Amino acid sequence: MGSDPLFLHGITLAVILIVIVKVVVAFAVLLVSVLLMIWFERKVLSDMQNRIGPNRAGPFGILQTLADGTKLFFKEDLVPESADRAVFKLAPYLSVIPAFLVFAIVPVGGVVHIFGHTTELQVADPPMGILFLLVMSSISVYGVTLAGWSSGSKYPLLGGVRATAQMISYEAAMGLSIAAVVLISGSLSTRDIIISQMGTYLGFIPKWNLIRLGVVPFLIFLVAITAEMNRPPFDLVEAESELVGGFHTEYSSLRFALFFLAEFMNTVTMSAVIVTLFFGGASGPDIIGPSWIWPIIWFLVKTGVFLYFYVWVRAALPRLRYDQLMTMGWKVLIPASLAWFLIVAGMQVSSYLGFAVFVIVLILAAFLSRASGIGNLGEQFRLGRSRSVGKGVE
Amino acid sequence: MIDLLATQIALPDLITFLIAGCAVVLGALGVVFMRNPVHSALSMIMTLFAIAILFIEQDAQFLAAVQVIVYAGAIVVLFLFVIMLLGVDKKEYLGKDRLRGQRPLAFLAVLIIFVEILTLSRGNWATGAKATVLSTTSPITNVEQIARTIFTTYLLPFEATSVLLIIAVVGAVVLVRRSEERTVGEGQAIELEAESEMK
Repeated sequence: MGSDPLFLHGITLAVILIVIVKVVVAFAVLLVSVLLMIWFERKVLSDMQNRIGPNRAGPFGILQTLADGTKLFFKEDLVPESADRAVFKLAPYLSVIPAFLVFAIVPVGGVVHIFGHTTELQVADPPMGILFLLVMSSISVYGVTLAGWSSGSKYPLLGGVRATAQMISYEAAMGLSIAAVVLISGSLSTRDIIISQMGTYLGFIPKWNLIRLGVVPFLIFLVAITAEMNRPPFDLVEAESELVGGFHTEYSSLRFALFFLAEFMNTVTMSAVIVTLFFGGASGPDIIGPSWIWPIIWFLVKTGVFLYFYVWVRAALPRLRYDQLMTMGWKVLIPASLAWFLIVAGMQVSSYLGFAVFVIVLILAAFLSRASGIGNLGEQFRLGRSRSVGKGVE
Repeated sequence: MIDLLATQIALPDLITFLIAGCAVVLGALGVVFMRNPVHSALSMIMTLFAIAILFIEQDAQFLAAVQVIVYAGAIVVLFLFVIMLLGVDKKEYLGKDRLRGQRPLAFLAVLIIFVEILTLSRGNWATGAKATVLSTTSPITNVEQIARTIFTTYLLPFEATSVLLIIAVVGAVVLVRRSEERTVGEGQAIELEAESEMK
Protein backbone atom coordinates (compact mmCIF):
# COMPACT_ATOMS: atom_id res chain seq x y z
CA MET A 1 0.00 0.00 0.00
CA GLY A 2 2.84 2.34 -0.65
CA SER A 3 4.52 4.62 1.79
CA ASP A 4 1.67 5.39 4.18
CA PRO A 5 3.19 5.15 7.68
CA LEU A 6 -0.09 3.58 8.84
CA PHE A 7 1.00 0.17 7.55
CA LEU A 8 4.51 0.17 8.95
CA HIS A 9 3.70 -1.60 12.21
CA GLY A 10 1.65 -4.46 10.85
CA ILE A 11 -2.04 -4.52 10.04
CA THR A 12 -4.28 -4.61 13.10
CA LEU A 13 -8.00 -4.11 13.55
CA ALA A 14 -7.50 -0.41 14.33
CA VAL A 15 -5.59 0.06 11.08
CA ILE A 16 -8.35 -1.61 9.10
CA LEU A 17 -10.93 0.60 10.84
CA ILE A 18 -8.96 3.75 10.02
CA VAL A 19 -8.80 2.70 6.37
CA ILE A 20 -12.55 2.05 6.28
CA VAL A 21 -13.24 5.42 7.90
CA LYS A 22 -11.02 7.14 5.36
CA VAL A 23 -12.81 5.47 2.44
CA VAL A 24 -16.27 6.32 3.79
CA VAL A 25 -15.33 9.93 4.54
CA ALA A 26 -13.77 10.38 1.10
CA PHE A 27 -16.86 8.95 -0.57
CA ALA A 28 -19.21 11.17 1.43
CA VAL A 29 -17.12 14.29 0.87
CA LEU A 30 -16.97 13.61 -2.86
CA LEU A 31 -20.75 13.11 -3.09
CA VAL A 32 -21.47 16.28 -1.15
CA SER A 33 -18.95 18.21 -3.22
CA VAL A 34 -20.73 17.01 -6.36
CA LEU A 35 -24.05 18.27 -4.98
CA LEU A 36 -22.48 21.65 -4.27
CA MET A 37 -20.56 21.73 -7.56
CA ILE A 38 -23.69 21.26 -9.66
CA TRP A 39 -25.41 24.07 -7.75
CA PHE A 40 -22.31 26.25 -7.96
CA GLU A 41 -21.98 25.68 -11.68
CA ARG A 42 -25.61 26.53 -12.39
CA LYS A 43 -25.49 29.58 -10.16
CA VAL A 44 -22.26 31.01 -11.56
CA LEU A 45 -23.31 30.20 -15.12
CA SER A 46 -26.59 32.01 -14.64
CA ASP A 47 -24.75 34.99 -13.16
CA MET A 48 -22.53 35.11 -16.22
CA GLN A 49 -25.54 34.90 -18.51
CA ASN A 50 -27.59 37.53 -16.64
CA ARG A 51 -30.09 35.05 -15.25
CA ILE A 52 -31.07 34.22 -11.69
CA GLY A 53 -30.56 30.47 -11.80
CA PRO A 54 -31.89 27.98 -9.25
CA ASN A 55 -33.43 29.87 -6.31
CA ARG A 56 -36.37 27.79 -5.05
CA ALA A 57 -35.05 24.84 -3.04
CA GLY A 58 -33.33 25.93 0.15
CA PRO A 59 -31.35 29.15 0.70
CA PHE A 60 -29.94 30.44 -2.63
CA GLY A 61 -31.35 27.29 -4.24
CA ILE A 62 -28.56 25.24 -2.73
CA LEU A 63 -30.77 22.15 -2.41
CA GLN A 64 -31.75 22.21 -6.09
CA THR A 65 -29.46 19.29 -6.94
CA LEU A 66 -30.97 17.22 -4.17
CA ALA A 67 -34.44 17.94 -5.54
CA ASP A 68 -33.36 17.06 -9.09
CA GLY A 69 -31.70 13.89 -7.89
CA THR A 70 -34.80 12.81 -6.02
CA LYS A 71 -36.93 13.49 -9.08
CA LEU A 72 -34.62 11.42 -11.30
CA PHE A 73 -34.62 8.64 -8.74
CA PHE A 74 -38.39 8.21 -9.00
CA LYS A 75 -38.61 8.44 -12.77
CA GLU A 76 -39.27 5.45 -14.97
CA ASP A 77 -36.18 3.52 -15.94
CA LEU A 78 -36.31 2.90 -19.68
CA VAL A 79 -34.25 0.40 -21.65
CA PRO A 80 -34.72 0.82 -25.41
CA GLU A 81 -36.03 -2.13 -27.41
CA SER A 82 -32.94 -2.30 -29.63
CA ALA A 83 -30.46 -1.83 -26.80
CA ASP A 84 -27.92 -4.39 -25.71
CA ARG A 85 -29.43 -4.79 -22.27
CA ALA A 86 -26.48 -6.03 -20.23
CA VAL A 87 -23.99 -3.53 -21.62
CA PHE A 88 -26.57 -0.73 -21.44
CA LYS A 89 -26.91 -1.34 -17.71
CA LEU A 90 -23.19 -1.77 -17.15
CA ALA A 91 -22.04 1.44 -18.88
CA PRO A 92 -23.04 4.06 -16.24
CA TYR A 93 -21.10 2.19 -13.58
CA LEU A 94 -18.02 2.10 -15.79
CA SER A 95 -18.17 5.90 -15.74
CA VAL A 96 -18.89 6.42 -12.06
CA ILE A 97 -16.52 3.96 -10.42
CA PRO A 98 -13.28 5.23 -12.07
CA ALA A 99 -14.38 8.81 -11.37
CA PHE A 100 -14.60 7.97 -7.68
CA LEU A 101 -11.49 5.81 -7.49
CA VAL A 102 -9.18 8.50 -8.88
CA PHE A 103 -9.95 10.64 -5.84
CA ALA A 104 -8.36 7.95 -3.67
CA ILE A 105 -4.83 8.96 -4.69
CA VAL A 106 -5.29 12.71 -4.13
CA PRO A 107 -3.66 13.93 -0.90
CA VAL A 108 -6.14 16.27 0.77
CA GLY A 109 -3.96 17.18 3.74
CA GLY A 110 -0.79 16.47 5.64
CA VAL A 111 0.01 13.67 8.04
CA VAL A 112 -2.24 13.26 11.09
CA HIS A 113 -2.10 11.24 14.30
CA ILE A 114 -5.23 9.40 15.38
CA PHE A 115 -5.54 6.79 18.14
CA GLY A 116 -1.79 6.36 18.33
CA HIS A 117 -1.51 5.77 14.60
CA THR A 118 0.10 8.07 12.06
CA THR A 119 -1.56 8.29 8.71
CA GLU A 120 -1.63 10.37 5.56
CA LEU A 121 -4.80 12.24 4.70
CA GLN A 122 -5.49 10.36 1.50
CA VAL A 123 -7.26 7.08 0.89
CA ALA A 124 -4.33 5.31 -0.76
CA ASP A 125 -0.74 6.13 -1.57
CA PRO A 126 0.32 3.29 -3.87
CA PRO A 127 3.82 3.22 -5.41
CA MET A 128 2.27 3.50 -8.86
CA GLY A 129 0.69 6.75 -7.69
CA ILE A 130 -0.15 9.02 -10.55
CA LEU A 131 -0.18 6.12 -13.02
CA PHE A 132 -3.42 5.17 -11.31
CA LEU A 133 -4.96 8.30 -12.81
CA LEU A 134 -4.03 7.07 -16.29
CA VAL A 135 -5.33 3.58 -15.49
CA MET A 136 -8.69 4.91 -14.37
CA SER A 137 -9.03 7.35 -17.24
CA SER A 138 -8.39 4.53 -19.67
CA ILE A 139 -11.15 2.50 -18.02
CA SER A 140 -13.60 5.41 -18.01
CA VAL A 141 -13.37 5.61 -21.80
CA TYR A 142 -15.47 2.46 -21.83
CA GLY A 143 -18.32 4.05 -19.90
CA VAL A 144 -19.08 6.62 -22.59
CA THR A 145 -18.17 4.41 -25.54
CA LEU A 146 -20.27 1.45 -24.45
CA ALA A 147 -23.17 3.69 -23.44
CA GLY A 148 -23.17 5.07 -26.97
CA TRP A 149 -22.90 1.70 -28.64
CA SER A 150 -25.32 -0.26 -26.47
CA SER A 151 -28.18 2.23 -26.86
CA GLY A 152 -28.75 0.81 -30.32
CA SER A 153 -29.54 4.13 -31.93
CA LYS A 154 -27.75 6.53 -34.25
CA TYR A 155 -26.91 9.62 -32.22
CA PRO A 156 -25.57 7.82 -29.18
CA LEU A 157 -23.40 5.68 -31.46
CA LEU A 158 -21.92 8.80 -33.04
CA GLY A 159 -21.32 10.21 -29.58
CA GLY A 160 -19.65 6.97 -28.52
CA VAL A 161 -17.35 6.89 -31.55
CA ARG A 162 -16.41 10.53 -30.97
CA ALA A 163 -15.72 9.77 -27.32
CA THR A 164 -13.34 6.95 -28.18
CA ALA A 165 -11.37 9.01 -30.69
CA GLN A 166 -11.26 12.08 -28.47
CA MET A 167 -10.26 10.36 -25.26
CA ILE A 168 -7.55 8.24 -26.88
CA SER A 169 -6.10 11.26 -28.69
CA TYR A 170 -5.83 13.37 -25.58
CA GLU A 171 -4.63 10.59 -23.30
CA ALA A 172 -1.21 10.72 -24.99
CA ALA A 173 -0.71 14.44 -24.36
CA MET A 174 -1.97 14.00 -20.80
CA GLY A 175 0.47 11.16 -20.15
CA LEU A 176 3.41 13.14 -21.55
CA SER A 177 2.69 16.21 -19.41
CA ILE A 178 2.39 13.96 -16.35
CA ALA A 179 5.72 12.41 -17.34
CA ALA A 180 7.33 15.86 -17.12
CA VAL A 181 6.00 16.21 -13.57
CA VAL A 182 7.25 12.76 -12.63
CA LEU A 183 10.64 13.53 -14.13
CA ILE A 184 11.16 16.59 -11.96
CA SER A 185 9.66 15.05 -8.82
CA GLY A 186 11.57 11.79 -9.14
CA SER A 187 8.62 9.75 -7.92
CA LEU A 188 5.25 8.47 -9.07
CA SER A 189 3.66 8.77 -5.65
CA THR A 190 1.33 11.75 -5.32
CA ARG A 191 2.55 12.36 -1.77
CA ASP A 192 6.16 12.60 -2.95
CA ILE A 193 5.13 14.91 -5.79
CA ILE A 194 3.66 17.30 -3.22
CA ILE A 195 6.65 17.02 -0.89
CA SER A 196 9.01 17.86 -3.76
CA GLN A 197 7.07 21.09 -4.31
CA MET A 198 7.50 22.39 -0.78
CA GLY A 199 9.69 25.40 -0.09
CA THR A 200 10.16 28.68 -1.92
CA TYR A 201 12.52 30.52 -4.24
CA LEU A 202 13.85 33.82 -2.81
CA GLY A 203 11.54 33.37 0.14
CA PHE A 204 8.27 34.22 -1.56
CA ILE A 205 7.94 32.43 -4.93
CA PRO A 206 6.50 28.97 -4.18
CA LYS A 207 8.43 26.02 -5.64
CA TRP A 208 5.39 24.73 -7.48
CA ASN A 209 5.76 22.50 -10.50
CA LEU A 210 3.92 25.18 -12.44
CA ILE A 211 6.99 27.39 -12.08
CA ARG A 212 9.65 24.70 -12.05
CA LEU A 213 8.45 23.18 -15.31
CA GLY A 214 7.55 26.38 -17.09
CA VAL A 215 3.84 26.87 -17.65
CA VAL A 216 3.60 24.70 -20.76
CA PRO A 217 3.02 21.22 -19.22
CA PHE A 218 0.33 22.70 -17.00
CA LEU A 219 -1.51 24.19 -19.97
CA ILE A 220 -1.23 20.94 -21.92
CA PHE A 221 -2.48 18.94 -18.95
CA LEU A 222 -5.35 21.34 -18.39
CA VAL A 223 -6.53 21.10 -22.00
CA ALA A 224 -6.00 17.34 -22.15
CA ILE A 225 -7.99 16.51 -19.04
CA THR A 226 -10.76 18.88 -20.03
CA ALA A 227 -11.02 16.80 -23.18
CA GLU A 228 -10.79 13.58 -21.16
CA MET A 229 -13.71 14.66 -19.00
CA ASN A 230 -15.78 15.72 -22.04
CA ARG A 231 -16.41 19.08 -20.45
CA PRO A 232 -17.03 22.18 -22.54
CA PRO A 233 -15.46 23.27 -24.86
CA PHE A 234 -14.70 19.61 -25.60
CA ASP A 235 -18.21 18.25 -25.09
CA LEU A 236 -18.59 16.96 -28.64
CA VAL A 237 -19.54 13.66 -27.11
CA GLU A 238 -22.88 14.97 -25.91
CA ALA A 239 -23.18 18.01 -28.24
CA GLU A 240 -26.84 18.89 -27.76
CA SER A 241 -27.09 20.90 -30.96
CA GLU A 242 -25.95 18.10 -33.24
CA LEU A 243 -26.35 14.77 -31.46
CA VAL A 244 -29.54 15.34 -29.39
CA GLY A 245 -27.76 14.35 -26.18
CA GLY A 246 -24.90 12.27 -27.50
CA PHE A 247 -24.07 9.08 -25.65
CA HIS A 248 -26.76 9.53 -22.99
CA THR A 249 -29.69 10.24 -25.32
CA GLU A 250 -31.41 6.95 -24.49
CA TYR A 251 -30.69 7.01 -20.78
CA SER A 252 -33.23 7.99 -18.18
CA SER A 253 -33.79 7.98 -14.45
CA LEU A 254 -31.02 6.84 -12.17
CA ARG A 255 -28.64 5.74 -14.92
CA PHE A 256 -28.81 9.20 -16.48
CA ALA A 257 -28.11 10.66 -13.05
CA LEU A 258 -25.10 8.37 -12.71
CA PHE A 259 -23.55 9.81 -15.88
CA PHE A 260 -23.92 13.29 -14.50
CA LEU A 261 -22.60 12.23 -11.15
CA ALA A 262 -19.55 10.86 -12.95
CA GLU A 263 -19.04 14.03 -14.96
CA PHE A 264 -19.13 16.33 -11.96
CA MET A 265 -17.13 13.94 -9.81
CA ASN A 266 -14.50 14.02 -12.55
CA THR A 267 -14.53 17.81 -12.52
CA VAL A 268 -13.91 17.89 -8.78
CA THR A 269 -11.31 15.12 -8.87
CA MET A 270 -9.40 16.54 -11.81
CA SER A 271 -9.28 19.98 -10.23
CA ALA A 272 -7.78 18.29 -7.20
CA VAL A 273 -5.29 16.44 -9.42
CA ILE A 274 -4.22 19.68 -11.14
CA VAL A 275 -3.64 21.22 -7.73
CA THR A 276 -1.63 18.17 -6.67
CA LEU A 277 0.54 18.03 -9.77
CA PHE A 278 1.22 21.69 -10.46
CA PHE A 279 0.20 23.86 -7.51
CA GLY A 280 1.82 22.24 -4.53
CA GLY A 281 -1.32 20.36 -3.51
CA ALA A 282 -2.13 20.44 0.16
CA SER A 283 0.71 22.70 1.19
CA GLY A 284 0.96 26.34 2.15
CA PRO A 285 1.88 28.52 5.09
CA ASP A 286 0.24 27.88 8.47
CA ILE A 287 -1.33 31.13 9.57
CA ILE A 288 -2.98 30.52 12.93
CA GLY A 289 -4.38 27.59 14.88
CA PRO A 290 -3.66 23.85 14.62
CA SER A 291 -1.14 22.97 11.92
CA TRP A 292 -3.03 19.97 10.56
CA ILE A 293 -5.97 22.05 9.38
CA TRP A 294 -4.09 24.49 7.11
CA PRO A 295 -3.09 22.00 4.39
CA ILE A 296 -6.75 21.01 4.07
CA ILE A 297 -7.82 24.66 3.81
CA TRP A 298 -5.15 25.44 1.20
CA PHE A 299 -6.19 22.35 -0.74
CA LEU A 300 -9.84 23.38 -0.73
CA VAL A 301 -9.04 26.96 -1.76
CA LYS A 302 -6.81 25.89 -4.65
CA THR A 303 -9.30 23.28 -5.84
CA GLY A 304 -12.12 25.82 -5.61
CA VAL A 305 -10.24 28.17 -7.94
CA PHE A 306 -10.12 25.47 -10.59
CA LEU A 307 -13.76 24.54 -10.12
CA TYR A 308 -14.61 28.19 -10.79
CA PHE A 309 -12.27 28.14 -13.78
CA TYR A 310 -14.14 25.21 -15.32
CA VAL A 311 -17.48 26.94 -14.96
CA TRP A 312 -16.01 30.10 -16.46
CA VAL A 313 -14.61 28.19 -19.45
CA ARG A 314 -17.98 26.61 -20.02
CA ALA A 315 -19.65 30.02 -20.12
CA ALA A 316 -16.98 31.66 -22.23
CA LEU A 317 -15.86 29.26 -24.97
CA PRO A 318 -17.80 27.77 -27.90
CA ARG A 319 -17.55 24.07 -28.66
CA LEU A 320 -14.71 22.95 -30.93
CA ARG A 321 -15.41 21.41 -34.29
CA TYR A 322 -14.36 17.78 -34.68
CA ASP A 323 -11.44 18.48 -37.05
CA GLN A 324 -10.26 21.33 -34.81
CA LEU A 325 -10.31 18.91 -31.90
CA MET A 326 -8.16 16.38 -33.74
CA THR A 327 -5.75 19.03 -35.09
CA MET A 328 -5.32 20.46 -31.63
CA GLY A 329 -4.70 17.06 -30.05
CA TRP A 330 -2.33 15.52 -32.58
CA LYS A 331 -0.62 18.48 -34.22
CA VAL A 332 -0.29 20.88 -31.31
CA LEU A 333 -0.54 19.23 -27.92
CA ILE A 334 1.40 16.01 -28.52
CA PRO A 335 4.41 17.63 -30.31
CA ALA A 336 4.46 20.46 -27.77
CA SER A 337 4.40 18.08 -24.80
CA LEU A 338 7.07 15.87 -26.36
CA ALA A 339 9.34 18.84 -27.04
CA TRP A 340 8.83 20.25 -23.57
CA PHE A 341 9.49 16.86 -22.05
CA LEU A 342 12.86 16.79 -23.81
CA ILE A 343 13.64 20.30 -22.58
CA VAL A 344 12.81 19.32 -19.00
CA ALA A 345 14.96 16.21 -19.30
CA GLY A 346 17.85 18.28 -20.62
CA MET A 347 17.41 20.77 -17.78
CA GLN A 348 17.70 17.95 -15.27
CA VAL A 349 21.18 16.93 -16.40
CA SER A 350 22.80 20.16 -17.58
CA SER A 351 24.08 23.22 -15.77
CA TYR A 352 21.33 25.77 -15.33
CA LEU A 353 22.85 28.86 -16.94
CA GLY A 354 24.17 27.20 -20.08
CA PHE A 355 20.93 25.37 -20.53
CA ALA A 356 18.86 28.52 -20.13
CA VAL A 357 20.91 30.29 -22.83
CA PHE A 358 20.52 27.29 -25.12
CA VAL A 359 16.75 27.10 -24.66
CA ILE A 360 16.29 30.85 -25.14
CA VAL A 361 18.27 30.72 -28.38
CA LEU A 362 16.21 27.72 -29.50
CA ILE A 363 12.91 29.40 -28.76
CA LEU A 364 14.00 32.64 -30.42
CA ALA A 365 15.12 30.73 -33.51
CA ALA A 366 11.79 28.95 -33.67
CA PHE A 367 9.90 32.25 -33.34
CA LEU A 368 12.02 33.98 -35.96
CA SER A 369 11.68 31.18 -38.49
CA ARG A 370 7.96 31.04 -37.85
CA ALA A 371 7.55 34.80 -38.17
CA SER A 372 9.64 35.25 -41.30
CA GLY A 373 8.42 32.05 -42.91
CA ILE A 374 12.00 31.19 -43.90
CA GLY A 375 12.43 28.19 -41.67
CA ASN A 376 11.60 24.90 -43.29
CA LEU A 377 9.77 23.79 -40.16
CA GLY A 378 7.57 26.84 -40.07
CA GLU A 379 6.79 26.45 -43.75
CA GLN A 380 5.71 22.85 -43.33
CA PHE A 381 3.67 23.69 -40.29
CA ARG A 382 1.79 26.38 -42.14
CA LEU A 383 1.21 24.11 -45.11
CA GLY A 384 -0.17 21.43 -42.84
CA ARG A 385 -2.40 24.00 -41.27
CA SER A 386 -3.80 25.49 -44.41
CA ARG A 387 -4.50 22.02 -45.74
CA SER A 388 -6.56 20.95 -42.71
CA VAL A 389 -9.91 22.29 -43.95
CA GLY A 390 -8.70 25.84 -44.22
CA LYS A 391 -9.08 27.02 -40.68
CA GLY A 392 -6.48 26.67 -37.95
CA VAL A 393 -6.93 25.84 -34.30
CA GLU A 394 -7.74 29.21 -32.84
CA MET B 1 -0.07 -29.02 -5.18
CA ILE B 2 -2.46 -28.04 -2.39
CA ASP B 3 0.10 -28.16 0.41
CA LEU B 4 2.46 -26.12 -1.78
CA LEU B 5 -0.21 -23.41 -1.86
CA ALA B 6 -0.84 -23.66 1.87
CA THR B 7 2.78 -23.29 2.85
CA GLN B 8 3.86 -20.55 0.48
CA ILE B 9 0.93 -18.20 0.11
CA ALA B 10 -0.79 -16.17 2.84
CA LEU B 11 -4.58 -16.37 3.08
CA PRO B 12 -5.41 -12.86 1.77
CA ASP B 13 -3.12 -13.45 -1.20
CA LEU B 14 -4.77 -16.81 -1.82
CA ILE B 15 -8.27 -15.25 -1.80
CA THR B 16 -7.16 -12.48 -4.17
CA PHE B 17 -5.53 -15.02 -6.41
CA LEU B 18 -8.60 -17.26 -6.53
CA ILE B 19 -11.00 -14.40 -7.35
CA ALA B 20 -8.73 -12.80 -9.95
CA GLY B 21 -7.83 -16.20 -11.39
CA CYS B 22 -11.50 -17.09 -11.83
CA ALA B 23 -12.06 -13.72 -13.53
CA VAL B 24 -9.14 -14.39 -15.88
CA VAL B 25 -10.48 -17.81 -16.86
CA LEU B 26 -14.09 -16.64 -17.20
CA GLY B 27 -13.03 -13.69 -19.33
CA ALA B 28 -10.89 -15.89 -21.54
CA LEU B 29 -13.76 -18.32 -22.04
CA GLY B 30 -16.04 -15.37 -22.76
CA VAL B 31 -13.76 -14.14 -25.53
CA VAL B 32 -14.11 -17.48 -27.28
CA PHE B 33 -17.75 -18.31 -26.63
CA MET B 34 -19.58 -14.99 -26.79
CA ARG B 35 -21.65 -14.55 -29.95
CA ASN B 36 -21.37 -10.77 -30.06
CA PRO B 37 -17.90 -9.34 -30.85
CA VAL B 38 -18.44 -6.43 -28.43
CA HIS B 39 -19.18 -8.89 -25.62
CA SER B 40 -16.02 -10.77 -26.55
CA ALA B 41 -14.02 -7.55 -26.34
CA LEU B 42 -15.55 -6.83 -22.93
CA SER B 43 -14.61 -10.29 -21.70
CA MET B 44 -11.09 -9.60 -22.86
CA ILE B 45 -11.01 -6.43 -20.77
CA MET B 46 -12.11 -8.50 -17.78
CA THR B 47 -9.22 -10.91 -18.35
CA LEU B 48 -6.68 -8.11 -18.78
CA PHE B 49 -7.91 -6.30 -15.69
CA ALA B 50 -7.82 -9.44 -13.59
CA ILE B 51 -4.26 -10.10 -14.74
CA ALA B 52 -3.41 -6.58 -13.58
CA ILE B 53 -4.87 -7.47 -10.17
CA LEU B 54 -2.65 -10.56 -10.11
CA PHE B 55 0.34 -8.33 -10.84
CA ILE B 56 -0.58 -6.04 -7.93
CA GLU B 57 -0.94 -9.04 -5.67
CA GLN B 58 2.67 -9.86 -6.60
CA ASP B 59 3.71 -6.26 -5.82
CA ALA B 60 4.46 -5.59 -9.48
CA GLN B 61 2.55 -2.32 -9.44
CA PHE B 62 4.14 -0.68 -12.45
CA LEU B 63 3.44 -3.73 -14.59
CA ALA B 64 -0.18 -3.70 -13.45
CA ALA B 65 -0.63 -0.05 -14.37
CA VAL B 66 0.98 -0.52 -17.77
CA GLN B 67 -1.09 -3.63 -18.37
CA VAL B 68 -4.34 -1.69 -17.96
CA ILE B 69 -3.18 1.52 -19.66
CA VAL B 70 -1.80 -0.18 -22.75
CA TYR B 71 -3.98 -3.23 -23.24
CA ALA B 72 -7.35 -2.30 -21.76
CA GLY B 73 -6.95 1.43 -22.36
CA ALA B 74 -5.61 1.50 -25.88
CA ILE B 75 -5.68 -1.80 -27.71
CA VAL B 76 -9.12 -3.12 -26.79
CA VAL B 77 -10.56 0.39 -27.22
CA LEU B 78 -9.29 0.31 -30.78
CA PHE B 79 -10.86 -3.13 -31.26
CA LEU B 80 -14.16 -1.72 -30.02
CA PHE B 81 -13.78 1.34 -32.24
CA VAL B 82 -13.37 -0.83 -35.31
CA ILE B 83 -16.19 -3.17 -34.32
CA MET B 84 -18.51 -0.24 -33.70
CA LEU B 85 -17.66 1.39 -37.01
CA LEU B 86 -18.01 -1.81 -39.02
CA GLY B 87 -21.26 -2.80 -37.37
CA VAL B 88 -21.72 -6.02 -35.49
CA ASP B 89 -25.05 -7.16 -36.90
CA LYS B 90 -23.33 -9.03 -39.73
CA LYS B 91 -23.50 -12.79 -39.28
CA GLU B 92 -20.37 -14.65 -40.16
CA TYR B 93 -20.38 -18.17 -41.48
CA LEU B 94 -18.42 -20.39 -39.14
CA GLY B 95 -19.38 -23.80 -40.50
CA LYS B 96 -16.41 -24.65 -42.65
CA ASP B 97 -12.77 -23.83 -42.00
CA ARG B 98 -10.91 -21.75 -44.53
CA LEU B 99 -7.66 -23.36 -43.42
CA ARG B 100 -8.09 -27.08 -43.52
CA GLY B 101 -7.15 -28.98 -40.38
CA GLN B 102 -7.14 -25.73 -38.39
CA ARG B 103 -9.18 -27.03 -35.46
CA PRO B 104 -7.30 -30.25 -34.68
CA LEU B 105 -4.04 -28.30 -34.89
CA ALA B 106 -5.40 -25.66 -32.53
CA PHE B 107 -6.45 -28.34 -30.05
CA LEU B 108 -3.02 -29.90 -30.28
CA ALA B 109 -1.31 -26.55 -29.65
CA VAL B 110 -3.54 -25.87 -26.64
CA LEU B 111 -2.77 -29.31 -25.26
CA ILE B 112 0.96 -28.76 -25.64
CA ILE B 113 0.80 -25.37 -23.91
CA PHE B 114 -1.34 -26.81 -21.11
CA VAL B 115 1.13 -29.62 -20.49
CA GLU B 116 3.96 -27.07 -20.61
CA ILE B 117 2.31 -24.86 -18.00
CA LEU B 118 1.67 -27.83 -15.73
CA THR B 119 5.29 -28.94 -16.07
CA LEU B 120 6.65 -25.47 -15.43
CA SER B 121 4.43 -24.93 -12.40
CA ARG B 122 6.15 -27.90 -10.71
CA GLY B 123 9.47 -26.12 -11.10
CA ASN B 124 11.17 -24.26 -8.29
CA TRP B 125 10.40 -20.75 -9.57
CA ALA B 126 6.64 -21.06 -9.18
CA THR B 127 6.66 -20.32 -5.48
CA GLY B 128 4.24 -17.43 -5.29
CA ALA B 129 6.96 -15.26 -3.76
CA LYS B 130 6.66 -11.54 -4.30
CA ALA B 131 8.52 -9.59 -6.96
CA THR B 132 10.30 -7.47 -4.37
CA VAL B 133 10.52 -8.81 -0.89
CA LEU B 134 11.11 -5.50 0.85
CA SER B 135 8.84 -3.33 -1.25
CA THR B 136 6.79 -1.89 1.63
CA THR B 137 9.71 -0.92 3.84
CA SER B 138 12.75 -0.34 1.62
CA PRO B 139 13.08 3.03 -0.12
CA ILE B 140 13.73 1.38 -3.48
CA THR B 141 10.31 0.71 -4.90
CA ASN B 142 9.36 -1.75 -7.56
CA VAL B 143 9.01 1.05 -10.11
CA GLU B 144 12.52 2.24 -9.39
CA GLN B 145 13.94 -1.25 -9.69
CA ILE B 146 12.31 -1.72 -13.08
CA ALA B 147 13.66 1.64 -14.21
CA ARG B 148 17.19 0.77 -13.09
CA THR B 149 17.08 -2.61 -14.83
CA ILE B 150 15.70 -1.21 -18.07
CA PHE B 151 18.05 1.74 -18.30
CA THR B 152 21.22 -0.08 -17.28
CA THR B 153 21.33 -3.84 -17.86
CA TYR B 154 18.76 -4.05 -20.63
CA LEU B 155 19.29 -0.68 -22.28
CA LEU B 156 20.06 -2.07 -25.72
CA PRO B 157 16.98 -4.33 -26.01
CA PHE B 158 14.85 -1.48 -24.66
CA GLU B 159 16.12 1.00 -27.22
CA ALA B 160 15.85 -1.61 -29.96
CA THR B 161 12.19 -2.11 -29.04
CA SER B 162 11.53 1.61 -29.21
CA VAL B 163 13.17 1.79 -32.65
CA LEU B 164 11.00 -1.13 -33.75
CA LEU B 165 7.86 0.68 -32.56
CA ILE B 166 8.88 3.87 -34.34
CA ILE B 167 9.41 1.90 -37.54
CA ALA B 168 5.95 0.36 -37.16
CA VAL B 169 4.34 3.79 -36.67
CA VAL B 170 6.21 5.35 -39.59
CA GLY B 171 5.34 2.35 -41.74
CA ALA B 172 1.66 2.69 -40.91
CA VAL B 173 1.75 6.40 -41.73
CA VAL B 174 3.50 5.74 -45.04
CA LEU B 175 0.95 3.09 -46.03
CA VAL B 176 -1.97 5.34 -45.16
CA ARG B 177 -0.44 8.31 -46.99
CA ARG B 178 0.10 6.31 -50.17
CA SER B 179 -3.45 5.04 -50.36
CA GLU B 180 -4.73 8.51 -49.49
CA GLU B 181 -2.85 10.04 -52.41
CA ARG B 182 -4.22 7.38 -54.72
CA THR B 183 -7.80 7.97 -53.61
CA VAL B 184 -7.31 11.70 -53.90
CA GLY B 185 -5.99 11.14 -57.41
CA GLU B 186 -9.00 8.96 -58.26
CA GLY B 187 -11.32 11.59 -56.84
CA GLN B 188 -9.69 14.25 -58.99
CA ALA B 189 -9.98 12.03 -62.05
CA ILE B 190 -13.69 11.58 -61.39
CA GLU B 191 -14.09 15.31 -60.93
CA LEU B 192 -12.26 15.98 -64.18
CA GLU B 193 -14.48 13.47 -65.99
CA ALA B 194 -17.56 15.12 -64.57
CA GLU B 195 -16.29 18.54 -65.65
CA SER B 196 -15.54 17.37 -69.16
CA GLU B 197 -18.98 15.77 -69.39
CA MET B 198 -20.55 19.03 -68.28
CA LYS B 199 -18.65 20.85 -70.98
